[in-house]
Amino acid sequence: MKTQLSWMRGGVALAALLTGFVAAQAGSLKIESWRNDDADIWNSKIIPAFNKHYPDIKVEFAPSAPKEYNAALNARLDGGTAGDIIACRPFDASLDLYNKHHLDSVNSIKGMENFSDVAKAAWSTDDGKTTFCIPQASVIHGFIYNEDAFKKIGAKPPKTIAEFHDILDKLKKDGTYTPIDLGTADQWEAATMGFQNIGPDYWKGETGRLALIAGKEKFTDPQYIAVFKELASWAPYMGNGFQAQTYPDSQNLFSLGKAAIYPAGSWDISTFRSQAKFPMGAFPPPLPAGDTDCYISDHTDIAMGVNSASKNKADAQKFLEWLTTPEFAELYSNALPGFFSLNKTPVKVDDALAATMVGWRKDCKSTIRNSYQILSRGTPNLENELWNVSAQVINGTLTPEAAGKQVQDGLDKWYKPAK
Amino acid sequence: MAEPVSQVVASMPRAKFAALMALFLGPSVAIYTLFSIYPLIATMGLSTYTTDATGAYRFAGLANFVILLTDAVWSKPFWNAAWNNLIFFAVHMAVQNPIGIALAGLLSLPQLRFRGFYRTVIFLPTMLSVVIVGFSWSLILSPLWGVAEGALKAVGLGSWFAPWLGLPSTALATLALISVWQFVGIPMMLIYAALLNIPDELVDAARVDGLGQFRIFWHIKLPLVLPTIGLVSILTFVGNFNAFDLIYSVKGALAGPNFASDILGTFFYRTFFGNQLQLGNPTMGAAVATVMFFIILVGVCFYLFVIQRRLRRYAF
Repeated sequence: MKTQLSWMRGGVALAALLTGFVAAQAGSLKIESWRNDDADIWNSKIIPAFNKHYPDIKVEFAPSAPKEYNAALNARLDGGTAGDIIACRPFDASLDLYNKHHLDSVNSIKGMENFSDVAKAAWSTDDGKTTFCIPQASVIHGFIYNEDAFKKIGAKPPKTIAEFHDILDKLKKDGTYTPIDLGTADQWEAATMGFQNIGPDYWKGETGRLALIAGKEKFTDPQYIAVFKELASWAPYMGNGFQAQTYPDSQNLFSLGKAAIYPAGSWDISTFRSQAKFPMGAFPPPLPAGDTDCYISDHTDIAMGVNSASKNKADAQKFLEWLTTPEFAELYSNALPGFFSLNKTPVKVDDALAATMVGWRKDCKSTIRNSYQILSRGTPNLENELWNVSAQVINGTLTPEAAGKQVQDGLDKWYKPAK
Repeated sequence: MAEPVSQVVASMPRAKFAALMALFLGPSVAIYTLFSIYPLIATMGLSTYTTDATGAYRFAGLANFVILLTDAVWSKPFWNAAWNNLIFFAVHMAVQNPIGIALAGLLSLPQLRFRGFYRTVIFLPTMLSVVIVGFSWSLILSPLWGVAEGALKAVGLGSWFAPWLGLPSTALATLALISVWQFVGIPMMLIYAALLNIPDELVDAARVDGLGQFRIFWHIKLPLVLPTIGLVSILTFVGNFNAFDLIYSVKGALAGPNFASDILGTFFYRTFFGNQLQLGNPTMGAAVATVMFFIILVGVCFYLFVIQRRLRRYAF
């Protein structure tokens, strides 16, 4: 039996009225996004480019702070005050919006054929039949390094884990630079820049990710424990008091030229470009002993869809169609170096560092973060668990084996792989 | 002793009296109902439902509460948060309130100069945004750029420094002390106001009897302000069990490391609004909020019925 809680909805509507209900007018579009860092670029480059084609459509980019975005967006969608265009988080957060009828299908949008199935997977239903957001960009993990620091100790970018540790030892001995610039205070840094960054080489990218979903591999398997072991071995090379080092601390430490190697997400490039005064390079995760194939985390991260309750769907459709064009792909990839277009048409990236990172796609196989599809649907939440244990493994408060066991036990509590 | 009743009110016709009551009480009853009672009841109502994948609500009775308190996946973080919250409260009671009382005692000394200046400076942090307080203290205590390590080294205690905000053993206590630093002005002000109300004759009489300042404070003033200290304690209790903002702004919703700084407020936030890939669960969140409400209710009732009745009040 399903009961609609009309009295509760009434309360929400009342609250919306009290906080000032602003309905979108025809001819204008409002974009909801968590990329508040990009507001300038949207206003100065992307929206004007769109307006060259459609001068009559007024577009407003209205971002929220990243960590409040999901909560704020859900509240606005329930209250009927959300914008027309919604920036979509990958996988379940957006799938949930689609299931709750907050997002429309984009299957019929012209230009959808410009995206591969892999690119669309993050914003499609589990059966792959319906896509509800236009894929926009992925982010690539790897390591950004300070070239001056490498020059000082006479090192070249490492290809293997052994070479990587050799460089770390030299850097530590030299003492000028913090060898690895990573903190565990925010926890996600340890999981995303650590575990998901170096992991694909160990679990063989998509093979391992899909095997986890199929239940054929477990976090207690040796390849996953090996990732945690490698992470644990970083601690002696990290900064003094890294347990209290936050993400902005890490960014500042690197851009001030005090650290040598920064486990990175490609989105950091634009921050470093504007702040760092020294030459930078990047290398993909070094290979474990004996491996020859490399894998990189090339994570589908951002997309855009239409609010089902939008009053201006005709214009919203025009906007989405424009998002599928190579013109937008080129504009976006170059305006925001480090966000790589998912469009099939190859894009020329001007920024050298960004070009290096996207160049890894040629030699290495791409995969996405293994906690994102399906596996973070239950309680305890796999992504939260990975943040927690990755930080603890580096802090030395949890052994790699115990970390694997905790994550797998949590997953086993609710996840039954399809047989 | 009967309450004095105004002659005008006593001689008023019943209907007129009712109209007068409505005029004076109406606005506050309406606002209080709309913004406090209705949300409270709606929250309790919401906690008895569950949602399915399409977002439709289904009545589930007390199922959410049973899961919250018996299923280890929920009950372990819940009790962890409740226990941490108790520690958070204990630190405030053990540090904030005694310091507040001591400061109020010092401020009320008749010989003290620059009284207004001290009062303002100590009260100032209370008016700062929690985000600013959290950010400033993270910077002060930062092992990378903080002044704390240098300051300790300057007095020869450099080896005492640790990344306190990042260690499981110290994160919660450090956050509690930051909160104490921010809010110590409130008990100070309330108790200072109560101390000012004590008639000079009492203090003078004690002095004639040969008591020093400290014994006057301990034997005369402190017993007289006990009801205010009780009030401060209950305000601290309610404030601490509703606390959320400082920990969220410094440690994020996952309140690390390993949930060492997780309190009921952050646990509720994670449940209701979600975190990264964890989707928000409004019905379970409402259940957590309801349990929090009852914890606070029990605490307040304990104070009202057990402690407040034993406090002796003095009329001057």
